Amino acid sequence: MTIGDVGERDESGSGAALGTEPPERAGRAERPRLERARKGRLVAGVCRGLADHLGIDVLLVRAAFVLLTVASGIGVAAYGAFWVLVASTPPPDAAPNAGPADKPGRDWRQLLAYTAVAGGLSMLTWGAGFTEVALWPFVAGAIGGAILWQQADRDQRQRWVLPLRQRWWRTVLGLLLVVGGIGGFVVRNVDAAQARSVVIAMLVIATGVAVIVTPWVVRLWQDLEAERYERVRSQERAELAAHIHDSVLHTLTLIQRNAHDTAEVQRLARSQERTLRAWLYQPKPEEGGTFASVVKDVAGEVEDERGVQIEVVVVGDCPLDDKVGAIVQAAREAMVNAAKYSGTKEVSVFAEVEGDEVTIFVRDRGKGFDLDAVPEDRMGVRGSIIGRMERNGGTATVRTAPGEGTEVRLEINRQ
Amino acid sequence: MSESPLRRVVLVDDHQMFRTGVKAELGGSVEIVGEAGDVDEAVAVIRATTPDVVLLDVHLPGGGGIEVLRRLTGSVPSRFLALSVSDAAEDVIGVVRGGARGYVTKTISGPELTAAIDRVADGDAVFSPRLAGFVLDAFAASDVPSVDPELDQITQRERDVLRLIARGYAYKEIAKELFISVKTVETHVSSVLRKLQLSNRHELSRWAAARRLV
Repeated sequence: MTIGDVGERDESGSGAALGTEPPERAGRAERPRLERARKGRLVAGVCRGLADHLGIDVLLVRAAFVLLTVASGIGVAAYGAFWVLVASTPPPDAAPNAGPADKPGRDWRQLLAYTAVAGGLSMLTWGAGFTEVALWPFVAGAIGGAILWQQADRDQRQRWVLPLRQRWWRTVLGLLLVVGGIGGFVVRNVDAAQARSVVIAMLVIATGVAVIVTPWVVRLWQDLEAERYERVRSQERAELAAHIHDSVLHTLTLIQRNAHDTAEVQRLARSQERTLRAWLYQPKPEEGGTFASVVKDVAGEVEDERGVQIEVVVVGDCPLDDKVGAIVQAAREAMVNAAKYSGTKEVSVFAEVEGDEVTIFVRDRGKGFDLDAVPEDRMGVRGSIIGRMERNGGTATVRTAPGEGTEVRLEINRQ
Repeated sequence: MSESPLRRVVLVDDHQMFRTGVKAELGGSVEIVGEAGDVDEAVAVIRATTPDVVLLDVHLPGGGGIEVLRRLTGSVPSRFLALSVSDAAEDVIGVVRGGARGYVTKTISGPELTAAIDRVADGDAVFSPRLAGFVLDAFAASDVPSVDPELDQITQRERDVLRLIARGYAYKEIAKELFISVKTVETHVSSVLRKLQLSNRHELSRWAAARRLV
């Protein structure tokens, strides 16, 4: 608590020098902003929100609303106004966990609240002189609809109701209520003979409005689509420009600066070519990568480090695991050896996944060597390649002879 | 092979600089009888000169190399070797299914390109390691039973040859490795090319559909 206080004061102190934000924050800490509460609400969270904001007991607020409703009906109107005008609090991150915990006790209390609202409404209509029994079904229907909506609003709607369907549902409900309301009014206030002409008149008006409005709505929609398309395109263009700038232009600058250094220029050009190719032709790499992508990455690293050209062909693919990682690392070592000792600048890598069998060939057409003459302590071949493969249950075969080039064959079974 | 007179070659690529580079690389090993920078030009030049081999860029203004192949199919005796910087499978498979007898990337060296031109001129196929990889992928063994096994599957021997090509082996090295003659290697590769062009395997149709050339 003390630490918190110090922190708070310190923050507002430095903030005062900086600008207007911290005092506002301090004020909010004292008195919460007026928001419709999500937690502990009965209907729409208006009373709870008001109570939190004013710092008084929620029961008092609710009682005030009920009293206002009973006295003049203005309570319902005020509640409605708050509901519409005051934003609800943003949903907390841990909502799914918080939801079920305080739910069981809330349902019947909510029913009570709705009944109270219904009572208030009926009181209001009574006061206004609508005493006919015919009105009651509408009141009941409206309240039922509200409860339904309220439930759908909270329960699992994110999980099983698509946003679109939800909107559709809401629209249909709204339409039903409006049509029902107008219909009810017509039926109640107009006699049967007149009703027909009124309905016809309404249809004519509705059709007229539709005829006038439809082209305009369609055009608006099309404009919107066109604008969205344009925006997506310009975003793509911006992304492309950014990419070209970060990679290609940058590399070209480096190449100009290193024009005297052939090896460096080659390395730069090759590395840029690879990046650009990956960007243009390959699908976005998955998180963490797969066998095929890692083999290509590794070959790219060796190309960059050693200034050689590695032609990589991969057939099939599989997810990465320890064994697959081991064979790729062994292949990397073989590529490095080829780059270092073969005397050529070109290395071929062929990697294949066939069922559970993973095979990689690393081949160069360089000078080769006498395998038996390699001392036991030469780590490259014995440790990093053969040893690594054997430890992981795979095999490594080196085929070489002086003047014949070298081919390292790595095999492992994923099972 | 090399006793025959110089191969007559037409070079189709929209980059003047690249054409100049290829000409320099090929030196006097072939006779360049024409050049073209777009589809219309290419069709006209090839019709006029009927070269032995057309070096055809995959990406060309006016519809790409595929369009050139489509317009000339059956009307000229020339053979086509696709040449591209693209690594995209649908480009590679597309142009081969369009009728090219081979596919090499633009990083190929001069002597290798000359050898490839010779091979194509003789009616054989030229597979780069990458094309071999694509074919192995497309004809993967573990797959649904096919309609026409003769066309829709490659034999174990053909698979062996493709693997060696993918491993970077030249035809001569493959022949030595498999104890067969170079001619036999060429026969296997041509057979794979025929299957690649005619098969209706799912993967191939997918690639073809992506290029709208079913």
